[in-house]
Amino acid sequence: MPLALIAALPFLGALLPGLMIRAGRNSCATATFATTALALLGILLHAPAVLRGEVITQGFDWLPGLGLNVNFMLDGLGMLFAILILGIGLLIILYARFYLSKSDPMGQFYTYLLLFQGAMVGIVLSDNILLLLIFWELTSLSSFLLIGYWKHLPEGRQGARMALAVTGMGGLAMIGGMLILGDIAGSYDISVILTQKDAIQASPLYLPALILILLGAFTKSAQFPFHFWLPHAMAAPTPVSAYLHSATMVKAGLFLMARLWPVLSGTDAWFYLVTGAGLITMVLGAVIALFKDDLKALLAFSTVSHLGLVTMLLGMGTQVAAVVAVFHIINHATFKAALFMSAGIVDHEAHTRDIKRLGGLRHLMPITFTIATVAGLSMAGIPLFNGFLSKEMMLDQAWQTGMVVAVLATVGALFSVAYSFRFIAHTFLGKTRDDYPARPHDPGFGMWAAPAFLAVLVVLIGLFPKTMVGPLVATVSRAVIGSEDLPYYSLAIWHGVNPALFMSVVAVGLGLGLLLAYAPLARRWDDARRPEAKVIFDAIVERFAAGCARGLTLALHDGAMTRYLAIFTAAVVAFGLWAFVGAPHEAGTRALLPVPALPVVAFVLLAVATVLLVAIHRQRFLSLIVISIIGIVVALGFIYFSAPDLAMTQLTVEVVTIILLLLALNYLPRETPAESSSLRRLRDGVIAVAAGIGATALTYAILVRDLSIPSISGYHLENSYTGGGGNNVVNVILVDFRGYDTMGEIIVLGIAALTIFALVEGLLQGPASRFLANRKPDLPVAHDRHPLMMVVATRVALPIALTVGVYIFLRGHNEPGGGFIAGLVVAIALLMQYMASGFAWSQARRHVDYHALISVGVLFAVLTGVASWVFGAPFLTSTNEYVTLWPLSPVHLTSAIPFDLGVFLTVVGSVMLALASLSRIGRRAGEGVNLSPMDVDPRDAPAPDTDRETH
Amino acid sequence: MEFLVAAAIGILTAGGVYLMLRLRTFPVVLGLSLLTYAVNSFLFASGRLVLDAPPVLGAGETYTDPLPQALVLTAIVIAFGMTALVVILALGAYLNAGTDALDIDKPEPRNPSDR
Repeated sequence: MPLALIAALPFLGALLPGLMIRAGRNSCATATFATTALALLGILLHAPAVLRGEVITQGFDWLPGLGLNVNFMLDGLGMLFAILILGIGLLIILYARFYLSKSDPMGQFYTYLLLFQGAMVGIVLSDNILLLLIFWELTSLSSFLLIGYWKHLPEGRQGARMALAVTGMGGLAMIGGMLILGDIAGSYDISVILTQKDAIQASPLYLPALILILLGAFTKSAQFPFHFWLPHAMAAPTPVSAYLHSATMVKAGLFLMARLWPVLSGTDAWFYLVTGAGLITMVLGAVIALFKDDLKALLAFSTVSHLGLVTMLLGMGTQVAAVVAVFHIINHATFKAALFMSAGIVDHEAHTRDIKRLGGLRHLMPITFTIATVAGLSMAGIPLFNGFLSKEMMLDQAWQTGMVVAVLATVGALFSVAYSFRFIAHTFLGKTRDDYPARPHDPGFGMWAAPAFLAVLVVLIGLFPKTMVGPLVATVSRAVIGSEDLPYYSLAIWHGVNPALFMSVVAVGLGLGLLLAYAPLARRWDDARRPEAKVIFDAIVERFAAGCARGLTLALHDGAMTRYLAIFTAAVVAFGLWAFVGAPHEAGTRALLPVPALPVVAFVLLAVATVLLVAIHRQRFLSLIVISIIGIVVALGFIYFSAPDLAMTQLTVEVVTIILLLLALNYLPRETPAESSSLRRLRDGVIAVAAGIGATALTYAILVRDLSIPSISGYHLENSYTGGGGNNVVNVILVDFRGYDTMGEIIVLGIAALTIFALVEGLLQGPASRFLANRKPDLPVAHDRHPLMMVVATRVALPIALTVGVYIFLRGHNEPGGGFIAGLVVAIALLMQYMASGFAWSQARRHVDYHALISVGVLFAVLTGVASWVFGAPFLTSTNEYVTLWPLSPVHLTSAIPFDLGVFLTVVGSVMLALASLSRIGRRAGEGVNLSPMDVDPRDAPAPDTDRETH
Repeated sequence: MEFLVAAAIGILTAGGVYLMLRLRTFPVVLGLSLLTYAVNSFLFASGRLVLDAPPVLGAGETYTDPLPQALVLTAIVIAFGMTALVVILALGAYLNAGTDALDIDKPEPRNPSDR
């Protein structure tokens, strides 16, 4: 099975639980199980080759320019972790089926679990560090979902947030470290990096890279000082804890250290950082674990301690220590997962996992007792169980490293013995009590099958280590140390009388002693004042992260929009000035145009109108008239400077915009109150003038220079007729060369119109509706709302206007015009009917829905593009043909015409929908329904003096 | 001539920015319209100023740059859509909140006689 498929299987399978849950919880669990089993099978099929010492690499280039290749690699190390992830995954899926209650959404759980599983498998199979980083971040995200699975529990949410913050921060640091590492090695492929040991360790950037990568590994594997998130993640359901915190996520950091061990280890910095952190974590975790009353918290800190142990071994930098680390990873995964699941069973059956309320369960839950005892003794490092073997080898390595390490390792082992025995003794031994929150008994087979299987493994590996895991350990060790020759080590129960045995005996003896003296010790511990990691973490988050974010947000966005508009404008001007001052300039060389009288008049008109607008902007109606003057001057400017299409568009848009603003102003206050202080007006004036000077300077600088690089426009001019079949290059660009842009633009326009419709719809249902219904017009309303002259004029004008629209549309390809302008012209013609004859009258005669016009228009445009596919051409390829239809003159048909038709329809629909929506507000405000087109019937002479207004 | 156009764009920008910094929605909409004129003219001007050379083949000897014109044409239409949306938002805010003030740090009670 291809490695990429194995990595992809869990992600694909993640779609299944959500679907299968409809068929029941069993089908859901089965689907998840089958997916995982298939992936595991894929790995196992490769196992013989890997055990022979082959390294399987497969992949393809994804973004070769970035060095990001989807390269997968399966060697011993990757295989071990993949088997752990998928194998324990299978057991967890089985266990979770029986652990989760009926009210828990099981489909979600399995989906999250598979996502997480896929991310983990991706990490261990990646042969590219960039790919690995992607999977690494995915584990942070998916574990966030898993830890916070019980969304109703605040501890779950907080724990998930903390885990995400800590591991996410570490992941960020690691990205930096990995990029440096790849830069030094000249490749992002791990198989290449692993060959570059000398170059990497000689590089001056070795230390920064090491620290950044270790930050990622330490946060993920909960090493001191980042150990605090792991216990808080225990708020997750037990299957999650057993999976994430025994076999998988927390081991990702160890995996990474083991993966990069050949190139990073062996330096002083590596030794002190990794061994130091590992040693501290191991001792600290063990001590805290002893005094935890919550079974899962005890196991969590014990996990922290054991992760520290493996880290310490990896840090020592000797090959034997690396082998021991590999062996302990296997052992820890087996006994810790079994212990977590046992703790979950106790919690599930006794409804508490508080050791103080437990005890004496051995008669009530004999099966669970047996499993927990086997796994617990292994954790304590008692002979005949697998934990003993690796712990013994670890102590031997510690002894050889130095006295300090040896003593501290023994202390760690001693506390490990104490908490392991406490887990067994205080939960299962002692007198049977009568005050358990529930009546405890052994669960069904489904629930204890998984931990029992692991307990059997614990014993088998403990008794026959060479047979059970000898070849596996050898293969994995070769992969970790990156060499074919393995150092001497022996997987055996008896190594003779040596210092390690002595240390072991001391640890067991003193550990038992500690447990006997537990009660007074615990009182001391509880009385002692200790720094609480969560409090510190919360304080840091609150002070620095949240504090800074809040300060920055409130300084810039304090709710006053004018304030941040001012800041924004001032900043843009300042940056523009800075860029201008900081760069060299040469004077422009372009020949300037002469200045005839007419443009000067237009300029003066525009300047006066703008100043006038600013001066009288409080008089809202007047300012609308003034602004339309400005719009017309702009349109004239377009004509003057050879842009007839723009002038036509500007003029028509000007008309609809003014109508729109007039309609809106009908329901807004007529005047703007004078409320800003003169100081504020001065400030705004200064900003505005600065922006204006900036815009002038920028425009002038452009206008007096020629293009520095040839523009694409030459191509458009040359190919407009031959390629696009049209003489009007602007229109050909719109419907042909840049047809994709235009398609996007009409979609935006359509969305804007639909949004307006939806907003008005909401407006008419809310409190605004009552406000409108009771509103009295603040100006006298014309008695003759539909003047005879206007009605007649617009009726007569309608067919003419429509014909003009069609004409402008048809000629658009060769002369100024086209879909946009034609759409606007037709929209204005229709709007005139609304204005002259009233909303209801026009609406009743409208047979086409504006929504439909918009969607048909967009569809036309899209289908025109798709039609090119039929002829095997890319999207929106155009073709053209001259057709003579007797008796008409030759008509130029191009495939761009239906596209332009789409533009036309969308523009008509959008403009009409926007303005018709505004008119609906008018209906609500009490505008009468006119049954006839005119309020005054010209046949009734003389006009009766009646007022049919109904407000 | 180039300076006249540049100055016109500057005046439009200044007026637009000043009006956008006002405290009520309607002047802001007006300011936005002014700024739209300024931006569209600026984009158009990036094709440089050319007289009597519309980009219609056969209409003359030389042609001005058609590309900025095509871009500005759609920009004008989109600007209408944007203005319409902003106007409706302003109207909705006024009808629902009873005030057309822009900043939320100065809440103004709804005028009872308004209802």
